[in-house]
Amino acid sequence: MQNHPAYTDNDPQTEYSTLNLGPTHPATHGVFQNVLQLDGERIVSGVSTIGYIHRAFEKIAEHRPFYQITPLTDRLNYCSSPINNMGWHMTVEKLLGIATPKRVDYMRIIIMELARIADHIVCNGVLGVDTGAFTGFLYMMEYREEIYEIYEEICGSRLTTNIGRIGGFERNFNDIAFAKIRKFITKFPAVLKEFEALFNRNRIFVDRTRGVAAVTAEDALSYSWSGPLLRAAGVDYDVRAMEPYSSYEEFDFEVPVGENGDVYNRFLVRNEEMWQSLRLIEQALNKIEKEPSDIFHADVPAFYLPPKEEVYNNMEALIYHFKIVMGEVHTPTAEVYHAVEGANGELGFYLLNDGGRSPYRLHFRRPSFINYQMYAPMSRGMLLSDAIINMSSLNVIAGELDA
Amino acid sequence: MGKIANEELLQKLTARFTNTVKQTGEDFGLLTVEAEREVIADVLAYLKTDPSLKFIFLTDITAIHYPELEKAIAVVYHLHSLTTNTRIRVKVQLSVDDLHIPSATPLWDGANWMERETYDFFGVIFDGHPDLRRILNVDDMTVFPMRKEFPLEDPNRVDKKDYFFGR
Repeated sequence: MQNHPAYTDNDPQTEYSTLNLGPTHPATHGVFQNVLQLDGERIVSGVSTIGYIHRAFEKIAEHRPFYQITPLTDRLNYCSSPINNMGWHMTVEKLLGIATPKRVDYMRIIIMELARIADHIVCNGVLGVDTGAFTGFLYMMEYREEIYEIYEEICGSRLTTNIGRIGGFERNFNDIAFAKIRKFITKFPAVLKEFEALFNRNRIFVDRTRGVAAVTAEDALSYSWSGPLLRAAGVDYDVRAMEPYSSYEEFDFEVPVGENGDVYNRFLVRNEEMWQSLRLIEQALNKIEKEPSDIFHADVPAFYLPPKEEVYNNMEALIYHFKIVMGEVHTPTAEVYHAVEGANGELGFYLLNDGGRSPYRLHFRRPSFINYQMYAPMSRGMLLSDAIINMSSLNVIAGELDA
Repeated sequence: MGKIANEELLQKLTARFTNTVKQTGEDFGLLTVEAEREVIADVLAYLKTDPSLKFIFLTDITAIHYPELEKAIAVVYHLHSLTTNTRIRVKVQLSVDDLHIPSATPLWDGANWMERETYDFFGVIFDGHPDLRRILNVDDMTVFPMRKEFPLEDPNRVDKKDYFFGR
């Protein structure tokens, strides 16, 4: 961040104005406050204040059984909650040593990649809005709605999905869900292509974004950036490729990488990731057809709640139901770190278990929190309008920032 | 480059830091070492800069409170070597009366907010940190809420006692 002209706070020749950007500002898409010192339209310095929606999830999690922590993870990055849910389930499965059937892995990949597309639709659409192009946002938003309808078909809710259970899913994907997924992946490519045609070579958009907030790979790594932001800066770190989980190693996909880490590169990387997600969903759908169609969870009666009709009619199921609900199942004492590639980067779960029904300590490695800390230092010397689009392209989600 | 074997990693660390670094676990293949506070800055710098290790990516800094231990607060670092795809977990145990530890901000800019978060919730004081303030909680808070003695809810409430729920 040294390449901008140096300003000093006590320069008698200059009078700076102070601007409170946020906590509720139409351009910040969430509760972010930045107190900026402005020299005209140029930012001299900035201080970020965060924590406006801090809800103490890590503390609450220490008092909840494992299966009741899923709703907390929903509310981290609420634009792509299924990825958080799956990340949490996989962390617990790693702790308990549960091997999930292949079909569950593929179902998870479908739902995680849909969530990634939904997240990137919002981010890239909003980036268009902030540069003055509303069309793309409205056009793409319709398809986020279609993704939400798929969630609704699978789990009954839309935004904070609470999808899946430890060991698999609470119910099988029905035919309507598969039909909706098929419909989505046949319709969406044309839309995405048109969206790219609207922006990629649009003179106004390119002028507004290229070279803005460029970040070198060294800075990005030093600030522990991950996800599309780090890849836009030229580092090909993707958890799905480096440490495959949920059978990602069987899939054929590419990790798009940018060159100079500016807003334009981040936009292109996210667009390309949507294409790759579509590829992954299609492969997963084809693989699912070869698996037995009635499997949707692992056989772990001690952790997976039995269906209600069995609880009422079957002694064993009743016992397991009681044991799970009252928290009388044994869990191993161990510490686990499990990371998934969230829409914003490496979403890590550090779980320390002492054998009880709830975690002894649970820490979320939240990519938005870690990515956002470069915002104030990198805004130094930048125009205010560039700082706004820089914030959109960081795609900081307030829930994930504050946990 | 392939993954660095845990034995090799541990050997390198013990060869350099002798008794001040020791292995405490290897859960799920992730090597966990405990370092003394006096050497932690050197351990992190060595892990980051050694050409055969290159743990250049600071994944996370957090802490754990073990009220029953003499050194009750453990500061936990997760590092990732992107070129070899190896992870390591480094822990430092601190006693509650003396929660000072050298900051990792000279090595990674990203350590700044992670350490502020750890300070905010556990009260660990990172010496050399440029701006050690609370980050998620309000500035005038006087307690460190992630410590185990801090109750989840207002203890004066009578309608939500655990015994009503069989806990």
